[in-house]
Amino acid sequence: MAQFYSEDIEKSPRITRLVEHLYADMPVIEADRAVILTKSYQETEGEPIITRRAKAFQKICEELPIIIRPEELIVGSNSQAPRGCQIFPEYSFDWVEDEFDTFETRSADPFYIAPETKKALHEVFQYWKGKTTSELATSYMAPETLTAMKHNIFTPGNYFYNGIGHFTVQYEKVLAIGFEGIIKEAEAELAEHTVADPDYAKRSHFLNAVIISCRAAIQYAKRYALLALEEAEQCADAERKLELLKIAEICAKVPGKPAESFYEACQSFWFVQMLLQTESSGHSISPGRFDQYMYPYYKKDMDEGKITREFAQELMDCIWVKLNDLNKVRDAASAEGFAGYSLFQNLIAGGQDAEGLDVTNDLSFMCIEASMHVMLPAPSLSVRVWNGTPDEFLIKAAKLTRTGIGLPAYYNDEVIIPSMMSRGVTLEDARTYNIIGCVEPQKAGKTDGWHDAAFYNMCRPLEMVFSNGMENGEQVGLRTGEVEDMKSFEEFYDAYKAQMEYFISLLVNADNAIDIAHAERCPLPFQSCMIDDCIGRGKALQEGGAVYNFTGPQGFGIANMTDSLYAIKKLVFEEKKVTLAEFKQALMMNYGKGLSKELTEEITTKIVKGLAAEGKEVSAREIEAIYRSVKYDTVSEQDKRKYDELLNMIDRVNKYGNDNLEVDLFARDVAYTYTKPLQKYKNPRGGQYQAGLYPVSANVPLGAQTGATPDGRLANTPVADGVGPFSGKDVLGPTATANSVARLDHGIASNGTLFNQKFHPTALSGMEGLQKFVALIRAYFDQKGMHMQFNVVSRETLLDAQAHPEKYKGLVVRVAGYSALFTTLSKSLQDDIINRTTQGF
Amino acid sequence: MQLDTNYLQTKGRIFDIQKYSIHDGPGIRTIVFLKGCAFRCRWCCNPESQRYDIHPMTVNGEEKVIGRDVTVEEVMHEVLKDIAHYRRSGGGMTLSGGECLLQPQFASDLLFAAKQAGISTAIESTAFADFEMIEEKILPHLDLFLMDIKHMNAAKHKLFIGKSNEKVLANAKKIAERGQNLIIRVPVVPTFNDTEEEILEIARFARSLKGVKQLHLLPYHRMGQDKYDGLGREYLLKEIEPPTNLHMQQLLEVAKTTGLHVQIGG
Repeated sequence: MAQFYSEDIEKSPRITRLVEHLYADMPVIEADRAVILTKSYQETEGEPIITRRAKAFQKICEELPIIIRPEELIVGSNSQAPRGCQIFPEYSFDWVEDEFDTFETRSADPFYIAPETKKALHEVFQYWKGKTTSELATSYMAPETLTAMKHNIFTPGNYFYNGIGHFTVQYEKVLAIGFEGIIKEAEAELAEHTVADPDYAKRSHFLNAVIISCRAAIQYAKRYALLALEEAEQCADAERKLELLKIAEICAKVPGKPAESFYEACQSFWFVQMLLQTESSGHSISPGRFDQYMYPYYKKDMDEGKITREFAQELMDCIWVKLNDLNKVRDAASAEGFAGYSLFQNLIAGGQDAEGLDVTNDLSFMCIEASMHVMLPAPSLSVRVWNGTPDEFLIKAAKLTRTGIGLPAYYNDEVIIPSMMSRGVTLEDARTYNIIGCVEPQKAGKTDGWHDAAFYNMCRPLEMVFSNGMENGEQVGLRTGEVEDMKSFEEFYDAYKAQMEYFISLLVNADNAIDIAHAERCPLPFQSCMIDDCIGRGKALQEGGAVYNFTGPQGFGIANMTDSLYAIKKLVFEEKKVTLAEFKQALMMNYGKGLSKELTEEITTKIVKGLAAEGKEVSAREIEAIYRSVKYDTVSEQDKRKYDELLNMIDRVNKYGNDNLEVDLFARDVAYTYTKPLQKYKNPRGGQYQAGLYPVSANVPLGAQTGATPDGRLANTPVADGVGPFSGKDVLGPTATANSVARLDHGIASNGTLFNQKFHPTALSGMEGLQKFVALIRAYFDQKGMHMQFNVVSRETLLDAQAHPEKYKGLVVRVAGYSALFTTLSKSLQDDIINRTTQGF
Repeated sequence: MQLDTNYLQTKGRIFDIQKYSIHDGPGIRTIVFLKGCAFRCRWCCNPESQRYDIHPMTVNGEEKVIGRDVTVEEVMHEVLKDIAHYRRSGGGMTLSGGECLLQPQFASDLLFAAKQAGISTAIESTAFADFEMIEEKILPHLDLFLMDIKHMNAAKHKLFIGKSNEKVLANAKKIAERGQNLIIRVPVVPTFNDTEEEILEIARFARSLKGVKQLHLLPYHRMGQDKYDGLGREYLLKEIEPPTNLHMQQLLEVAKTTGLHVQIGG
């Protein structure tokens, strides 16, 4: 007999209907949470912040409208509309008001917002002026940091405007002892301290806040029990009536009490998952090792004959659907960076236990099956891979990959475990890691990882080298000298490294300011009660309550910087075919390929400011004339030819991604210019900075703010995604690309690296195709790659989907560390995905 | 047995090296395309492979030189870059062409070098060469012979390919007799060999070969058409359409009646 049940399990027709209901309409912004929260804050003025947070959460749990959607088996929605979302004004609100009229029409992630919702939100926003985390964070930041942010060198936008999220709680603890058990723990902890202890005031308020929050969660579930009972009474369909009665029974019990069956465990899990996303607006609240903590309940029910495999699968499918019910509205710019309505709820299957034994089980297979059944972007399904991973598990995973949904992502235990240990995580904790959000490894229930702390655009410091730190007449970067005077590549490279280090220090300043703002204004007692050692330390997670504390901002643009710096090294300093002055000119003129509106404005501003600095007054009419001359008349035919020649020269220089040892080792060094300086910094929670190397989908919008680069990339176009080669520069196929990418030091990027490959479906046909695909993953991992994910869809399909979005409503593609519906992405991001090299002909 | 490393310096002429080939032998493979061929198949998707000499071809509007002389060592340097992938997949190197048997010493030393490195070896060949040479230089270092048999009718073979099929068929028998792992492949080309009778005849022959268990039917495709323009040559099969999936499926069923394992594609 086979060790695992790896066969397909029939999909319940209910699941199709749940999905149809969920996606019938455009998602809606709702005001209820913001209104209730504000009322609570008004009632608690002057009380300790942790208490105010707990009371606000309690009021939300008591008053937020509840709903059971048609045919649901797992209940609990924080919005009335399917995929609706709430507003979290305690973090920021200006942008919500500013974008009231464009939410519905914007290209990335549109939302409907009713006039009465706008009115209600407008009213509560009056209360929040000056009280948000983002306002406090701004006032904590150094002036030079604000300048760098204004110039888009890096953007900590995610945590600047929203909750932090990016954690995994101890679901297993809630399943095992219920919130009643956690209340007892907090009470016991309280009893151990006396009122005269130096930290009693804070500790006792925190523990009481935990108790209030846990009670609120229990109360919330009981409201669902009552609602289910009411609906059951009115239900004419006998079968549904029984289902509703069962729901009522379960919600009356969990998550307050321990779960005793798989169904109860599923519902208990769900309340935790959705309430965490009602407490704060952080995303990437990741279910983690679902197959591990749910397995005992599944096995017990199976062994005792209390559940069928099919019903267990149906319950899991219901959870998978519900994960897509949760939603979040972001500002227009962030929506581009995180396109696809994604919450990055990462759920991982397979891997090892604390002792290093493989613990892949039947639920691991059923997690993959669930994703096949629902075919939706959430959860961000991941699988752990190591030498002991059963092949049949990877074959099952590859079958999911073959559907083209972009799931699962594959992670390499053999790199991640030592990488985490190098950051002070114990062997046992490292072995039981899971993934947060896109690609970030951490130990569940013990970590406040700040895994997505900022986007750092590695191309911008190079622009600063060429401009001697100036931009639009403002000193943004360091004065590293005029490039015309640089005599060697080392000198040039040192200037780049200096700019990098300078901006990294400012990034740290920005993140630490935001960190403190969250601790002071938005500590989260509900979340904290499920992460060690908050209760023991008497501190919220945001105040340093976790065992492991990190800040992980991610750098991106490695491929562009490698190809750029390498081209300069070769063409300027070794072959002496072109000078840095010529390069500077070519970059400024975007290689003669025409200037975008932004760039034209930028150059005009530069010229005008230069004139002003010389004491010349410039009239509006003169400015217009300068603008026109910049836009239309700057490039002569002769210059155009010169630039084309330069582009040809650049094109002939070897590029990263083609298994060329020299270039790849150079890329490794370029990545170090980000990862090494960063790791010496500390955050206010006593933890370390650790680098990630991935852009989510920000390589597109942030590329739009980046000038031309010396690798031949034109201004305002996307930069490379993840740690992969620049679009279209890898020409030797997937093995060569993988070999190149594996030559980066993935271990030092302990906050995760992201390697996207796109395959044509033909490459995975038949069992043999699947086996060869799995071999490719294993071979990449043998060479110490960290993460791999795939888009398996034909170019023709994508082009057709772009032309006829109505035909492809359900087309899911891998964007970055997550999958999204292709048709919801902006045109430019769609283009970027189409242009990523398709491998496998 | 070769005891020194002189074989690494053997020179030969190739026109391409292609990685991540998953349809030409087991596992993930690298294909080395040797230049020069005795056949002139009208459907050939690599017409630039046919002449032995180095010559230009226009690719996407740019002039490209086709063919370069390299040593075994240089080829192996490139091939072994993917060793991690061969190890995991049981893959290795496949020699294709052109016709690799037209450069016997070079082909032999490449295969020997690959075996020395511990990777699997295969050739994709028409077997249009002297059997003694094949037996002496190729088979000792070869794991898998992917052999093209295009038609059983000598006249038709000569008309579409330029050479008769007698040597090919005779070699097929001898190679099979030697116990060589052998797979027969048929390019299915409309107007040439795509009738049920023609395919069945080839399948029966394949079935008669000692130890042969597999037959691959490779549907004709037009991917090489642009290359003919690039070479300033006329593409003679302009009028024909690639076989439909349905038709390929019918041919597969017919071929299967021989008892062979038959698949569409490599």
